[in-house]
Amino acid sequence: MAITVPRPKLSWFERLYLPAIVSGLIITLRHFKNMILGRTKVTMQYPEQKWDSAMPDHYRGAPALVRDESGRVRCVACQLCEFICPPRAIKIIPGEIPPADRFAKVEKYPNEFDIDMIRCIYCGMCEEVCPEQAIFLRKDYAITGLTRAEMVHDKQKLLEIGGVMHGVVLKWNERK
Amino acid sequence: MSFLIITSLIKIIGIVFVVILPLVSYSVYAERRVSALIQDRLGPNRVGPAGLFQPIADAMKFLLKEQLTPAHVNKFYYYLAPCLAMIPAIMTIAVVPFGSTLLGVPMVIADINVGVLYVFAIASLGVYGIVLAGWSSNSKYPFLGGVRSSSQMLSYELSLGLAVIPVFLLVGQLRLTSVVRYQIEHGWMIAPFMGDWTSPAKWLLTIPMWISFLVFMIAIFAETNRLPFDLPEAEQELAGGYHTEYAAMKFGLFFLGEYAAMITGSAVLVTLFLGGWHLPIPSWRGSFHWVLVDGSAPGWRGIAGGLFNIAIFFAKLIAVLLFFIWVRWTLPRFRYDQLMRLGWVFFFEIALVNIFIAALIIAYFPTS
Repeated sequence: MAITVPRPKLSWFERLYLPAIVSGLIITLRHFKNMILGRTKVTMQYPEQKWDSAMPDHYRGAPALVRDESGRVRCVACQLCEFICPPRAIKIIPGEIPPADRFAKVEKYPNEFDIDMIRCIYCGMCEEVCPEQAIFLRKDYAITGLTRAEMVHDKQKLLEIGGVMHGVVLKWNERK
Repeated sequence: MSFLIITSLIKIIGIVFVVILPLVSYSVYAERRVSALIQDRLGPNRVGPAGLFQPIADAMKFLLKEQLTPAHVNKFYYYLAPCLAMIPAIMTIAVVPFGSTLLGVPMVIADINVGVLYVFAIASLGVYGIVLAGWSSNSKYPFLGGVRSSSQMLSYELSLGLAVIPVFLLVGQLRLTSVVRYQIEHGWMIAPFMGDWTSPAKWLLTIPMWISFLVFMIAIFAETNRLPFDLPEAEQELAGGYHTEYAAMKFGLFFLGEYAAMITGSAVLVTLFLGGWHLPIPSWRGSFHWVLVDGSAPGWRGIAGGLFNIAIFFAKLIAVLLFFIWVRWTLPRFRYDQLMRLGWVFFFEIALVNIFIAALIIAYFPTS
């Protein structure tokens, strides 16, 4: 069934069209003026201004390894994150801590720990699964690189991003 | 004789390469920047201070891009079209007086006695560029753009030509320098009462002059394919219209040609209605009177006056260009039948009747 759309009845003043043009021009001029005077809020100018300060604590950025208060890499190379990782971005080669070491009772440490940031989907499962609170998703989001190899974060890079984290896992304390 | 040739060459090179082409690229910049500000954005602000080098970056991009020619085009006309879009737009500026005199040299490239006829003849050639581009591209959207352009030109060229007739009824000459001279002596065309505040005839003349001015301006909008009359290149309907199949500098030429046409259109508008390079300076020395500043004074005062006139002309030109940009980012595009109706049913008749009104006023008040 055809629907007839009723056309509004315009007065001769409205049909003149020119007053509407003028009022339109005034509207755009007002926007222009407010921009010139800096009254309009505009887009954030990204590389100079960033969201970083406004980012919530639960933000899931690049995963990173952390050290504890005594400078030990918290990771004990249990490889749970490697197994849980949905896109299989994590590769761990475990090593054994020599008996003479201060933390010999930890037994294992990651000899190599690579996260392929091209594969990583920032899901945070590694952080969730980690029994040692050794891997965290930090607030870094602009992960760039010129080659695929550059996009693989190795252990050193991951520790650099991670820094020191004070946590509740204290079972490797010497006094325990 | 050789003096004439040398000064003409200097004027041509100066106007084309020092004024028009930079003005074209910076009107593109102004277009982007003003549109952004109107739409509460910032626009290009990265290349150079406040993005002022953006036109240079754009030109580099156009020049360095691959010169792609689609296989299905008619090569000769395909290459010819961009030139035809650019050249007439620049050629038109030749007869427009852009200043009084500088060191005794009149600031107009060719002061010919058919001035405005030359403008209309050459400016209309620009549409061939568009039609040829649309036709030679062998593709449906460009073709539709070309067809739209030609019919749009047909409907607006008439009112464009008729709208200026009252001006020439008043001036009695087609030479554009004479039009400016007349406006200096009798007041600008949009304010014919300026010279003589008490004469009722001058006040009456304001009505047909304003009608002329508005019709001419709207026809210039249509002639230069500016919104609200940019149907030949409607991005949303025609995927860019006549220049869809063009890339790199060939597209750039269409783009620049459009802006060059806009500049020449505004230049003609300024010359015919807004007093050209003339700006009266009020003076209270002795009694109140208007002082005419031009390049006729001896010594440095003449040079300063000539430069002042040139500056005034381009200031008016830029003001009109900014108005063009302002209108573009305010009004929506007309539907095609509305455009045709507007051209044939309204502006044609208005311009025609306007000629008689102006002629009657001039006939009944012969002194004006």
